[in-house]
Amino acid sequence: MSQRIEVDPIKCEAHGLCAELLPERITLDEWGYPLIDAAPIPASLAGLARRTVRACPTLALRLRDVAHERAADVGRQR
Amino acid sequence: MSLPRILLGAGADTMDYATHVRVHGELPGGARRARNGRPAPLVAELTRAMLRGRGGGAFPLAAKLEAVQRAKGRPVVVVNGTEGEPMSVKDRMLLESLPHLVLDGAYCLADLLGTGDVVIALDESMGEAHETVRRAVRERPEAGRRMGQPRIVSVPAGYVTGHETAVVNFVNRGIPRPVTQPPRVSERGIARRPTLMSNVETLAHVALIARHGAEWFRGLGPSDEPGSALVTLSGAVRAPGVYEIEYGSRLDSLVRAAGGVREPVRALLLGGYAGTWVDGVGAGALRLSSGELRPLGASLGAGIIVALPRSACPVAEVTRVAGWMSDQSAMQCGPCVNGLASIADALADLSEGRARHSAFSDIRRWSELVVGRGACAHPDGAAAFVTSALRVFAAEFEDHARHGPCDACAGRPVLITPRERSVVA
Repeated sequence: MSQRIEVDPIKCEAHGLCAELLPERITLDEWGYPLIDAAPIPASLAGLARRTVRACPTLALRLRDVAHERAADVGRQR
Repeated sequence: MSLPRILLGAGADTMDYATHVRVHGELPGGARRARNGRPAPLVAELTRAMLRGRGGGAFPLAAKLEAVQRAKGRPVVVVNGTEGEPMSVKDRMLLESLPHLVLDGAYCLADLLGTGDVVIALDESMGEAHETVRRAVRERPEAGRRMGQPRIVSVPAGYVTGHETAVVNFVNRGIPRPVTQPPRVSERGIARRPTLMSNVETLAHVALIARHGAEWFRGLGPSDEPGSALVTLSGAVRAPGVYEIEYGSRLDSLVRAAGGVREPVRALLLGGYAGTWVDGVGAGALRLSSGELRPLGASLGAGIIVALPRSACPVAEVTRVAGWMSDQSAMQCGPCVNGLASIADALADLSEGRARHSAFSDIRRWSELVVGRGACAHPDGAAAFVTSALRVFAAEFEDHARHGPCDACAGRPVLITPRERSVVA
């Protein structure tokens, strides 16, 4: 099951740890909020992605199963 | 087959129940209830009618209905009459003049879902609508029965307070701000129960489809977007107000219905403050359907058209609205808070002729940067409004950036925010 990472924009407070831990998928915008590449996380990054999600101080990140998404939700997150 | 449909018999006074029944006929009872384990016939009619939500999202009602039916728990039906778009008055007009069409639709959907729980969410500033709706509820034959006791909720005024999740959040916790989805309100909404929320105009269409069927509904408009719609037309027309149009009809025929233009039109704003500007040149031939407007990046949104006269300053208008939209952020999501404020500040600098060289590219970059990054679509809409303004009014923005304010900058505002407290219709 492939997964992608997403952020709850209300919980996010721009601590920026995620971009340090997972630069392969996350960069920061000019205000410090994460820009997330929604591409599926390959197996080689899966462990790091899980650790990044756990490290968020406001628990704003989560991994989401790509196949479980409904059509209406696709493209909502960036 | 012809218009008006929704506005049939509408006048200055509230249509009482007896008149409503005389104009539209009784609401048929049978089609609304499931029988012997078979779904109510009205479900199939709504599906075939391809009725889409009229609050701006244009989401198919049948899909919403299905999602609520699929979810576990007794559903709640919510009438969304919050109408946060300052240039729209059609929902308030419906609630004040034709509340029984709205109640018909709400009670139909409640019947379909086998629930008696109906919430009517109204903007707190709609004083008269509160009164007409309360009176209409008491006039109904359902009055006294469970469903005849809908709960009327007064939602704080604001641009995003009427967002689906904000209304649910307000009813549940007293906080009129959007929340992150999923879960969708169709799965977990009011009191954590499956919630079907519909705009008041959508419900008025349901009331008519329940009487006349999908075939009748499809007798107007293109086959992929059938029916009629209410539009609030304002700006440089002689008779601004609420009009019912056939989807796919031409803009110039709507303008003719409004008495024609008072003065030359520079551009049109379609879809309100989350909408899109289109140039006035040749706009009369525009057909008002999503199929025709989509290639322009535009839509009617909640049915809003503003004709901006040549005598107005588009830079001043856009700057003022962008500032208001920035202030209307629920201040929850970083990209929205920072992005919209940055855009608004840069526009203010541009309009005063004191912007940095990079202002135009900054605004375009921020407008892309905020899209899809809020819990609701507020930043997306505000950015679309600004981006299209920079395109359509490129010359005027360039002129202000170089020379500062123009003579028209201080003119009477055309685009109203609650700050201007003026009347659209």
